Order: sequence, then structure tokens, then C-alpha cells
Amino acid sequence: MTAKAVAPETVLATPALEAVDTRLASLRAIYIIWYRDILRYWRDRWRLVASLAQPLLFLIVFGSGLSSALGRGSLFGSAGGFTYIQFMYPGIIGMAILFTAIFGAMSIVWDREFGFLKEVLVAPIDRSAVAIGKALGSTTQAMIQGLILLVLAPFVGVKLNLLTVIELIPLAAVLAFGLSSFGVALASSMKSLQGFQVVMNFLMMPMFFLSGALFPLTNLPGWMTVLTRIDPASYGIDPLRRVVLSDSGRSSALVDRFALTINGQVLAVPLEAGIVLAFGAVMLGIAVMMFQRRD
Amino acid sequence: MIEDERMNGSEAVIQATGLVKRYKDLEAVRGIDLEVKRGEIFGFLGPNGAGKSTTISILCTLLVPSAGTAKVAGIDVVQDPARVRQRIGLVFQDPSLDDQLTGRENLEFHAWIYSVPASERGKRIDEMLALLQLTERARSQVRTYSGGMKRRLEIARGMLHQPQILFLDEPTLGLDPQTRQSIWTYLNELRAAKGITIFMTTHYMDEAEYCDRIAIIDKGKIVALGTPDELKAMVGGDVVTITSSRTDEAAAEIEKRLGVTPIRDNGSLRMEVPDAKVFVPRLVRELEAPVDTVTLRRPSLDDVFLKLTGRAIRDEEAGTKDQMRAMASRWMGRRR
Repeated sequence: MTAKAVAPETVLATPALEAVDTRLASLRAIYIIWYRDILRYWRDRWRLVASLAQPLLFLIVFGSGLSSALGRGSLFGSAGGFTYIQFMYPGIIGMAILFTAIFGAMSIVWDREFGFLKEVLVAPIDRSAVAIGKALGSTTQAMIQGLILLVLAPFVGVKLNLLTVIELIPLAAVLAFGLSSFGVALASSMKSLQGFQVVMNFLMMPMFFLSGALFPLTNLPGWMTVLTRIDPASYGIDPLRRVVLSDSGRSSALVDRFALTINGQVLAVPLEAGIVLAFGAVMLGIAVMMFQRRD
Repeated sequence: MIEDERMNGSEAVIQATGLVKRYKDLEAVRGIDLEVKRGEIFGFLGPNGAGKSTTISILCTLLVPSAGTAKVAGIDVVQDPARVRQRIGLVFQDPSLDDQLTGRENLEFHAWIYSVPASERGKRIDEMLALLQLTERARSQVRTYSGGMKRRLEIARGMLHQPQILFLDEPTLGLDPQTRQSIWTYLNELRAAKGITIFMTTHYMDEAEYCDRIAIIDKGKIVALGTPDELKAMVGGDVVTITSSRTDEAAAEIEKRLGVTPIRDNGSLRMEVPDAKVFVPRLVRELEAPVDTVTLRRPSLDDVFLKLTGRAIRDEEAGTKDQMRAMASRWMGRRR
């Protein structure tokens, strides 16, 4: 009896399915994967607060401590120049972006561990949507996390105007995107939470230390100069610094003293942004490929 | 009967021929053929590691078979997995909800990712929440749900895109008996309301009784297939179980004097006889070894499994090889 009642309904449902446009389906999937990340981010206020604690700690303790130690005779502290805290401040914004982006993207590993990833992977969508949605989700979070720190500018003696802030948004987005894509690519091949610690110690920390967030990337030993130029974060943090410090009323020559150089040449900000963007695109491509593999 | 009518009158929604899945040095599935008709509840029964999850994963396009073919809703699972997935609902063995989102948000996520039309989204979510009695808690985060509620939410989610077939991999695993019972009530209601085909795996024998047809699987092969009654008919007549303080002696005597070969099960002797009423008095009369207890009952699916494989299905202390197999399939199942 039940069987008879059923048949017409299921038959009717079938043709409608054929109409589903796969590109549109992918866009919807990207949107909802992104939206879920944002929803969780808002819901978890404590994480938001906690993630601000670390940059603050760096700025206040590390920054103040080194500022007084670095007093005279260095790049900092000379009359009319920048203090160490002022130098470090954009680097800390970069740090917030770096950590949030990679942690955010690596939440895929948690999703895998707690089963939710399965729900996404079995959906009738192109799996590239999973990688892209996730990368955009962490990009947004990291960008917000970095830009929030701009409210600290007055406390570290950095002047910002509206135009600088507007200029910073795309730069923060580019850095967030590059690192998020990197995180997704890493997470796509990681099957357990164990690998996470490894990434943390052997990739994120070196990336942070070599990025120029904490010290200028000039006059370094040769091997280190090479490593800092390989670090993609360097090309994202340098533009942030140059723009943040540009409105300080000091000469651009002074700002450029900290700038990232290759063979002594200062790189243009758009070029640097382009390098980070290209890095992100390559990483995202790798992530997409990893997700599309099927057992 | 109703079952016969359903089976003759409608086409197969799942067809599998010669399915094989090989991992490096183990063959989890070794040649499975089956056919499931529209509107059926089809049970896949077997101990842990028998190949149930691997088979269901192949049918759901989560694993690619090493050999053989399968069509689900008329579509080849290897050639067009996306179209198969649009037509099936899945409830996995392990939880797969986002427990930081609310029940409703989990359903919304699913509706989006399965391209449920915007105009339908809210309506279908409400309907499914009501059908599985989750409406009141729909706005609570899933981490506050009980195990049974989470399962119901997963079933609701699996139905949102109006699949033709709902696959459930051990849907009642780890739930208490009452909750298991209620999940079954919901599944039956769903079938009545939506006329869906249900394909499920279980290692609980009592649950298999709810199915229209059952395939018993052991070591990667189907050893029996039929309605619960048909399978039980394979065990001749009644099941008599005795315990004796001298089991070996009793076993030998039964075999010699009564012409029945008893099967040992947990220190007791179990035998299938055509008619217990006649057999038990003879048994008591002819046996010299003391008989401590006698129980008789109608055969259950446990007996069927025991008869077909020579061991009880709930023997979790199965050989190491079986355990390895179970671990491998669980692990590999989780990877994708």
C-alpha cells in the first residue's frame, strides 16, 4: 500500500534535480561554508577576546621591553625616527592575521576529527567549493582580527587617517587570503590533530619570526636574508608597515629604511601584494586538487 | 502479502553486482550482489568488520570499488557520483553534526549545500523538524542535544533534499534500547509519509526484524538474503538450548542417541529441532549426563547467523584478524 502512494511523488521530484546548475551549486556551497565559519566566529566571543590578548601582550611587554633596550645607536630611537613599538605595531597586526588565518583554515582538521567534514564532502558539489569556502572564511576572520588592532594606533603613537585605513583593508585581505589558502592546503593532507603541533612549531613560528614582524629584514646574515625572502608573510607584512607608518608625518625615506628589499631594491607595495596573492592562488590550487582526490 | 506486491510491482533502486573492495593486504568486500526495491527497508546485518560499512560506502560513492558495478537510483556510482549523491540521504555511523550550530542551522547548511530551492528551504526544514519532533529544540546548539536527538537531527538532515533512498550506517549504535526503539518508530513514519527506500546496516539482530528484507554478511560476503521469516525458516523448527555440568559428555550423547549435532554457545549447547514438544521429553529420557536447564524458543536471527557462520554475531572477542579488519574498515570509513 505504502509503495503505491509513494511512487508518483518520487517520480515528480527527479526532473527538478536535473535543473540544478553545478556552477550555481558551487557558489551556494562556497557561500554557506563561508557563512558557517563567520557564524561560529561570532558565536565564540571568547576566542575573539583571547586572540586579541596575544598581540596586546606582545605590544605591551615585548614592545616596551625592547624599546628601552634598543634606545640609541640603532635604527630606532634616534631623534625624529620611529620607536620600536611603532615599528613593531604593524608587524603585530600581521601576526594576528597570520595566526588567525592558519588556525582558521586548519579548523578543517577539527571538522574531520569531529565528523562534520564528511557532511560536506559527500554533498553533490564540486569539492573545490570546500577549499574555496574555507579559505574565504578564514580570510574574513583573519582580516577582521587584524583590522581590529587598528584601534590601538593612538596608544602606540601611530597616526592613522581614513584613507590609510581604507588602503589597509585590501592589504590585510591579501595577506589573510595568502595564509588562509596555505592553511587549507596544509589541512587538506592532514588526517589527524597530531600533525597540528608539527605545523605550529615548524611552520607557523618560523614564518612569524622570519616575516619581519619583530625586526627589520635588513643587515641580516646571508642565510637568514634568504629565508626571510622565501617567507611569504614577509611580502604581506611589509606593505602593512609602510602604509601604517606613512601617515606619521615623517619622510618616506625614513619609512623605507625598514622596507623589504631584494638586491637592495625596495619592492613596490602593489608588487608585494601581487606576490602574496599569487602565493595564495597557488596554495588554493593545491588545496583544491587535494580535496578532489577520491579513495 | 504486501511485501510481495511491493517487490513484484516496482523496480530496483539499488543494484550491485560483484562488488569487491581490496585494501593493501585485506579484502573487505569479496563479491557482493544485491538488489533493493523501491519502498523497501533493507537491512544489512553482520558482525563488526564484516564489510557492511565498506559496502554502504561504495553505494554512497564514498569509496570506489576495486571491482564490480553498482547503480543507485539508476545511476552508476563510479561514473556519476554527484548525481547519485543528490538522490540519496546519508546518516553516518559516526556523528557528523556541527555541534556549535543550532539544530536548525545544521539543517540550513545542508539545504544550501544540496541546492534546495530558496522557496522550499524553510518549509522543508519546518516539516522535517516536526516529523522528528525537534521543533522545540531547533534553536538550541546541538552540543546540548542528547544522543537520540542528534541521531534524529541527522535523519532529518538526510531527508531534506528529498532523496529517493536513505542510507543509514549503524543508526542506532551506542543508543539505549528505548531510544533505539523510538528511532525505528521515526523511520517507519518517514517511510509512510515519504515513501522512501531505506538501506541500513546494523549488528543488532533484534533491529533486523524491522526490515522487509535482510542480507546477512560475513567476511565480506552475503551468506543469506531474504525476509526475516524466510531466514528464520532456514533454522529448522525450534531452538532448544540446554546447560549441563558435563557439557562434553552431553554433547556426545545427543549426537549419538538423538542424531542432532549441538552447537556450543557460551558454555551451553544449542540445537535446532523440527518439533520441541517431541524432542525435549526424549532428550530428558535418553541422556545420562545431567541436564541442568532447558530453554526452548522460536528461532531468532541470531540463530540464523550462528547456523550460517558457526559463531554468534555478538562475539566481539572474534579472532585478531577479524578485529584488524574491523579496525581497518572503521578507520578507512572515517577518512572519507
